[in-house]
Amino acid sequence: MTRTLPILTIVAAIIVFWYAMTVVMNSKWTYDQASRAGVEVSFSEMVADTLAQDRPVLPAPHQVVAEIWKTTAEQKVTSKRSLVYHGWVTLSATLLGFAIGTALGISIAIGIVYSRVMDGSVMPWVIASQTIPILAIAPMIVVMFNSMGVTGLLPKAIISAYLSFFPVTVGMVKGLRAPEGHLLDLMRTYNASRLAVLWKLRLPASMPYLFASLKIAMAASLVGAIVGEMPTGAKAGFGARLLVGSQFGQPLTIWSALIGAAVLAGLLMIVISVIQRATLKRMGMAT
Amino acid sequence: MSDPVITAEKLGLTFQTNDGPIHALKDVDLTINKGEFVSFIGPSGCGKTTFLRVVADLEQATAGQVTVNGMSPREARLKRAYGYVFQAAGLLPWRTIGGNIRLPLQVMGIPKADHAARVARVLELVDLGGFEKKFPWQLSGGMQQRASIARALAFDADLLLMDEPFGALDEIVRDHLNEQLLALWKRTEKTICFVTHSIPEAVYLSTKIVVMSPRPGRVTDVIESTLPAERPLEIRDSAEFLSIAARVRDGLRAGHSYD
Repeated sequence: MTRTLPILTIVAAIIVFWYAMTVVMNSKWTYDQASRAGVEVSFSEMVADTLAQDRPVLPAPHQVVAEIWKTTAEQKVTSKRSLVYHGWVTLSATLLGFAIGTALGISIAIGIVYSRVMDGSVMPWVIASQTIPILAIAPMIVVMFNSMGVTGLLPKAIISAYLSFFPVTVGMVKGLRAPEGHLLDLMRTYNASRLAVLWKLRLPASMPYLFASLKIAMAASLVGAIVGEMPTGAKAGFGARLLVGSQFGQPLTIWSALIGAAVLAGLLMIVISVIQRATLKRMGMAT
Repeated sequence: MSDPVITAEKLGLTFQTNDGPIHALKDVDLTINKGEFVSFIGPSGCGKTTFLRVVADLEQATAGQVTVNGMSPREARLKRAYGYVFQAAGLLPWRTIGGNIRLPLQVMGIPKADHAARVARVLELVDLGGFEKKFPWQLSGGMQQRASIARALAFDADLLLMDEPFGALDEIVRDHLNEQLLALWKRTEKTICFVTHSIPEAVYLSTKIVVMSPRPGRVTDVIESTLPAERPLEIRDSAEFLSIAARVRDGLRAGHSYD
């Protein structure tokens, strides 16, 4: 409860700032229209107009809320006009990409920790992979998969995985190496197999690192899925809504998709936090 | 009482470093018999911990011979001939005390049906009955170290290697644990190798005290204790105790130039 007040304060401040910016950014169009029509507008008339334009530079919060309401509550969730439908398309690609990326990231990390050859050779490539702008290769991935007859979910998930394996790899290499020397010595005195050391020592010790990485990876997956939706011909998903909105000059569409993506990201973070808390509590490491 | 558990002949270990070779151990000859309580004492860098690690096959000797139960250290380790207690308790924080004691049992594939009885038995041995379901952070430092000893006892190795297990604890706790360790040694009839910095601790606990000196690490004196088997804490004020302690101190001084 002690956190509610600060959070609400920040939200209120953001909304006030948003309204102020709406007036400032949309006022030019209002004044232009007025001078073209040869009429004077008072300050209050100007403010009222900036908050209710059809194609504002920056839509007012209540316009975005109304748009979201129209595209969620007033539509069937299976309709292409429903934001929930588009959200689900993005979510499914995000989750599949996140799963692939996490599995890949953990596998690479185990390889790096256990194999001297991989330790020396793989990490530079892993880092290099992230220096390539995703916007540059996302269309290539989509086109390549298209030419193989694979469309829809998988190409987007691959882009998500491409972005999300990186934080998992980096975090897990650190986490798997977290056990101190005397714990590794201890396992050696038990004549423990490499698998036993991994399973009973390295993996449990890496859990706090894993969850920190998963949060970054989830956000990266969502970005990847949205980026992946842009070159697919803008059929469905938040990415498609963003593209449609900018192509047809519908800022309300863009903003409602942005808010939708933000809410989705928030929900996914909450899910990971809940799993994290439950896991660490079971492991006696609750904070 | 005269079965040798550990024998070392001309044992040497040289670490190659960028600053040149470091002679951690040189020409160490030593025999440790079954049921003995042997303390290794000496200043930092004298190789006492290194000797223990060689016996445990955590380091490999570069010269001479060492046997554990008549085998090479590696064979002895593969047969799980010893339990090792480190200076840090080294309990896994995500496992309960019982879970930590089950760790070697699980790794070694000891039948699951035996686990509960073994855990209860060793916890009782170190006087930690009722703490099975607690996590390590819920225990004091001394209790954690006792749990660590219980873990080393859980799989019935006859040899216990202890590397400054009480080094990080305060003196009052240390006295208490020393008493308990003696009682435990008497009950279980294990052979114990015990590394320490403390002269009173070494004299109080041991049947044999190995005094070592650094650069190169070597044995300067081996003292057979004449103290009786029954040792209340007050024995540390007796003349006999003080004379043994004086001999240990002389041995340490002789091997160390304090330059």
